[in-house]
Amino acid sequence: MQPASAPTVLDPQAAAGRTADGAQAAALSGAWDIRALESRAGMLKAQLQLLSADSGRHWDLSGIQRMDHIGALLIWQAWGKCRPGRLALAPRHEVFFSNLDSAAGTAPGVPFDPLGVVRGLGARMLHTQDHLLGMVQLIGQILLDSFSLVRHPLRGPWREISASVFRVGTQALGITALVGFLIGVVLSYLSAEQLKAFGANIFIINLLGMGIIRELGPVIAAVLVAGRSGSAITAQLGVMRVTEELDALSVMGIPHTVRLILPKIVALAIAMPLLILWTSGIALIGGALAANSELGISMVSFMSGLPGAVPTVNIWLAMGKGVVFGALIALVACHFGLRVQPNTESLGAGTTNSVVTSITAVIVADAIFAVIFSDVGISLS
Amino acid sequence: MIPVIEVAGLWTQFGDHIVHKDLNLRVMPGEVVSLVGGSGSGKTTLMRQILGLEQPSRGTVKVFGIPLHGSNALMVQKIRKRWGVLFQQGALYSALSVYDNIALPLRELRAFDEDFVHDMVMLKLDMVDIERRHAGKMPSDLSGGMIKRIALARALVLEPELVFLDEPTAGLDPDRSESFVSLIRSLHQKLNLTVVMVTHDLDTLVSLSDKIAVLAEQKLIVYGSLQEAIAVKHPFILNFFLGERGLRALSAVADLGKLMPNGRN
Repeated sequence: MQPASAPTVLDPQAAAGRTADGAQAAALSGAWDIRALESRAGMLKAQLQLLSADSGRHWDLSGIQRMDHIGALLIWQAWGKCRPGRLALAPRHEVFFSNLDSAAGTAPGVPFDPLGVVRGLGARMLHTQDHLLGMVQLIGQILLDSFSLVRHPLRGPWREISASVFRVGTQALGITALVGFLIGVVLSYLSAEQLKAFGANIFIINLLGMGIIRELGPVIAAVLVAGRSGSAITAQLGVMRVTEELDALSVMGIPHTVRLILPKIVALAIAMPLLILWTSGIALIGGALAANSELGISMVSFMSGLPGAVPTVNIWLAMGKGVVFGALIALVACHFGLRVQPNTESLGAGTTNSVVTSITAVIVADAIFAVIFSDVGISLS
Repeated sequence: MIPVIEVAGLWTQFGDHIVHKDLNLRVMPGEVVSLVGGSGSGKTTLMRQILGLEQPSRGTVKVFGIPLHGSNALMVQKIRKRWGVLFQQGALYSALSVYDNIALPLRELRAFDEDFVHDMVMLKLDMVDIERRHAGKMPSDLSGGMIKRIALARALVLEPELVFLDEPTAGLDPDRSESFVSLIRSLHQKLNLTVVMVTHDLDTLVSLSDKIAVLAEQKLIVYGSLQEAIAVKHPFILNFFLGERGLRALSAVADLGKLMPNGRN
């Protein structure tokens, strides 16, 4: 049978039979390629295994119309990964079987490591140490750059700083306002219920004023900025690493701490306190609106009661926190961005780690602030 | 015989900028066709349109006789299993090991067991001359040449009838490109593949292609053998083939061809 004169390609088939001299035989015909086998592989494999149970069988593969490596491998695996003694194969299909005989060997697996757990733990400790060291180096480098900036203020990256302030500050006004407002409303509603029970309605001003200005405003703004700008900074630096832009800066003799990192730290240190003021202000407006509807305290009396309830030093404390939080977020984001390896997986992992670490760092710093300033601006004299 | 690829009356326009103007191309089974053209002549765009990654402004692209744009998704999905693509940077999935990269298309079929997949992956690694000990490595640990070979193994794992190569030898040293070219040639002979490639490398072009498609002035100015292409007096062809670099490459290949009548290997 000539395949050229038989344009219709048949389904793959395996049939048992007998040769002229009466020996057991198996004849395979049809198309044994991926297109045909895709849907029938399981069935044909079972058939072939049944046929190959008899080791002396004569195999006739000359009736196969189309073949590829997939089909050859399927047949060869059914043979038990070696050629049968009696085989008729069309010469043009020989090529598919020719390099199969070497495919039987397995890839060297990963040897079992009994100390794997200990080794892993140690590696993680060294990794953490490496992170801390990198962070200290980065801070040191930035301090050195700041000194040279003070000496040559005209060569400073002022344009980059102002662009960064716009990106991390101005463009974040909308989202911080929305979140701040909602938090203020929710907090006010919840507190109003409790205070009503004690008839202490007027203390809503103390509660909201103190809580939002001193703690919630700074932390909410910082968490939002860490998620929004921290991830963007890490991703930007990471992509610059992947595309070798950082190396290009280095070979031009432009230190990337001055051009890329310092502007971001300065910008966040400037923008963060302002964002905190903005967030706290909007949250207080939200709180006052809810207090008005729940407890009947008018907006005017809420706002005029605020200076009496919250000492002014709390605002300075919040802004001080803002400077520290902003610098921390930028520092962590840049640190992780610079450590991204030139591949996509590392970029994703770096961005995630950066956001998680900077939010954690912000909350730890907030706790430290709370301890240090525990007797500042709380008691009303 | 149905042409493997048939591009008819293809127009590509980005705003006012016309990239392709009434372009026609037919690739027959078993041919090795090279797309050449200057930077910005739309080689890569044309290839992406043939792959169905971009849609032309006008005209039809048929692969295996089936129009890519406007057919139902199932048909296009079937075509996609019949071709393999080697991207310029390899495009190995960086989150998967070499083994998993090659096994992925096979596993997606859900037709074969893991033992079969293992043997197939090993077979393909042998085919592209990668030692098996590299199977567990991640793509970021590999050199550019190895990434290209493994990407080729992945492109070939579903036994495609049509293979696209985007700059197959870019970024490889001369020795590596030479062995990559002979690898592609031997695979082409063994498996009777149809190959479409985009290349700037004259050596690769001359030693592999049956036909050369020269893209310039928004259309194919030549589509034929190397001799036919050189015979056309067009500034791009004069510069590309008969410029200093071109002549050097052509003469080197011609000399070797004389020394070894059976080709270069």
